[in-house]
Amino acid sequence: MADAALIQLTGIDRTFYLGDSEVHALRKVDLTIAPGEYIAVMGPSGSGKSTLLNLLGLLDRPDIGTYQLEGRDVTTLAPDEQAKVRSERIGFIFQSFHLVPRLTAAANIELPLMLAGIPAGERAKRVAQALKEYGLTDRAQHRPNELSGGQRQRVAIARATVQRPAVLLADEPTGNLDRATGEEVVRLLEALNATGMTLIVVTHDPVLGARAKRQLRMEDGSIVSDVRSAASTHASPAT
Amino acid sequence: MKLLDTLRYASDAATGTPLRTGLLMLAMSIGVAAVVILTALGDGARRYVVGEFSSIGSNLVIVLPGRSETRGFNPANLVTSTPRDLTVDDASALLRVPGVERISPIVVGTTEINAAGKLRESMMVGTNHEFLRVRQLKLALGRFLSQDDVGHGSAEVVLGALIRREIFGTENPLGKTVRVGDRRLRVVGVLTEGGRGMGMTTDELLIVPVATAQAMLNTNTLFRILIEARSREQIADVKTRVLKLITQRHEGEEDVTVITQDAVLETFDKILNVLTLGVAGIAAISLAVAGILVMNVMLVSVTQRTAEIGLLKALGATSAAIRQLFMVEAVLLSLTGGLLGTTLGYLCAAILRHIYPSFPAYPPLWAVWAGLGTALVSGLIFGVMPARRAAQLDPIQALSKR
Repeated sequence: MADAALIQLTGIDRTFYLGDSEVHALRKVDLTIAPGEYIAVMGPSGSGKSTLLNLLGLLDRPDIGTYQLEGRDVTTLAPDEQAKVRSERIGFIFQSFHLVPRLTAAANIELPLMLAGIPAGERAKRVAQALKEYGLTDRAQHRPNELSGGQRQRVAIARATVQRPAVLLADEPTGNLDRATGEEVVRLLEALNATGMTLIVVTHDPVLGARAKRQLRMEDGSIVSDVRSAASTHASPAT
Repeated sequence: MKLLDTLRYASDAATGTPLRTGLLMLAMSIGVAAVVILTALGDGARRYVVGEFSSIGSNLVIVLPGRSETRGFNPANLVTSTPRDLTVDDASALLRVPGVERISPIVVGTTEINAAGKLRESMMVGTNHEFLRVRQLKLALGRFLSQDDVGHGSAEVVLGALIRREIFGTENPLGKTVRVGDRRLRVVGVLTEGGRGMGMTTDELLIVPVATAQAMLNTNTLFRILIEARSREQIADVKTRVLKLITQRHEGEEDVTVITQDAVLETFDKILNVLTLGVAGIAAISLAVAGILVMNVMLVSVTQRTAEIGLLKALGATSAAIRQLFMVEAVLLSLTGGLLGTTLGYLCAAILRHIYPSFPAYPPLWAVWAGLGTALVSGLIFGVMPARRAAQLDPIQALSKR
């Protein structure tokens, strides 16, 4: 597994300076993730989960250490090249969805394609395909404020996956949803994982965390436990 | 990111906040409209004055007796120092100068006209038959002075429109005899109303043959000689040749001044152009203010859309793409405002022209381009800072904001 690692973090350190106090968000983190894994990152607030996720998503740079994505050292890339990697290989899902309020569902899904400079004809095709896959076809021309929470997160997931990324990074994807819609969204993410997309979820919710095949527990910027559970993906909680 | 997409995204973003966008465009359009209207006024004033001057005739070269500038020592000054009169003979001699089309000598005096029991003081101009063409006047009735090669001066008079009305009313004055000074003259023609130029109206003029006027005023000298050059290009040549000929005729002494209508026009043209530029400069201040407003609005926009910018970065937008988005938005806002302002300016100028039909308040083309250009440039300049700020936003912090 290690030789074909999707993600390889070695000796990652990240320190923030707040005024004159130092905050060690990450200390000497080593992590190897294989393609197609389903990982939950858990831990208390301030344990460094979000920093790890931002780092994996190339939104942040480590102070020390290397990050290899698909065998390529991405820590030393120029900002524009990192943007290209984000555009093509990484999908983000946020707790508060982060849909652009003035754009329709279709236009929101189209954003990454537009930013990547894909011609309009092909964009329309891919957006229509994504809308269909996520059951949003009849909602295509609605703006986010006309959609339910579940629909919004579905639009966000469609947007994150429309470029077929290798890694899907989800930060508390169910945090703003009720239990039923949260369950629906998690199913969707797990289905994506089943197609081979690597899924990394940051969560406070132990039930959601327990569904992952591998659980990372973080405290004070370090990974304190790394457990692979043999449990089935569909060991569902409340249903 | 493709340019078309950038444009669409930026205009979507602008129309997403209609009130703010509308107010901004209003400010920009007022700035541009101010430039357009004020330059239209300035340029209108220039056209008005130039038109006024042009109406005294075209391609004119004017000879005045007396010298208006100081020159160095001239042997002729030893012998004589009194300026010679400008005479009718000088005028006829000028006809032989190459490039001269027509000549009209002028004698001016005040006199009284007396007819049908009415007496009126009036300005009398003694001239020849070419005067009508040189000054580009028109006749309402009858004919102009007859050609008088011999120089005896026939007993004819052409009346200005106002004099005719005051003395004859609606009666036909042609063939009637009027008393001008101590002479009895026959009315042969009447000028049309509204002839003007140099602030003098021809409506109150009596025009008589030059010899008649000289005899009446008991003078030998001319007030002016008007020369019409064959073409605009020949004006300068005609001017030097005329000066040379008259100097020759006056025994080597340069005792006349020759001015061209062009020179006078040019001076006024220059003065009023500077005025127009000055006014445009004042108007440009309002444009600068509008530019700063663009910056302010864009900065607010960046702050309000922090989360959106972070998202775009997470979705793979490069810093350059984000900078471009905000620049394009700033330029779109300013340019649309500028176009609106131009339309508004043209509209106001048209209304002005409607109210004052004699005032040619047309905005000059350069001012329109300058106004639009300034709008565009201020959009670019004042868009840079907000756009850079957007591009430099830390995506993590931007995203953590909700």
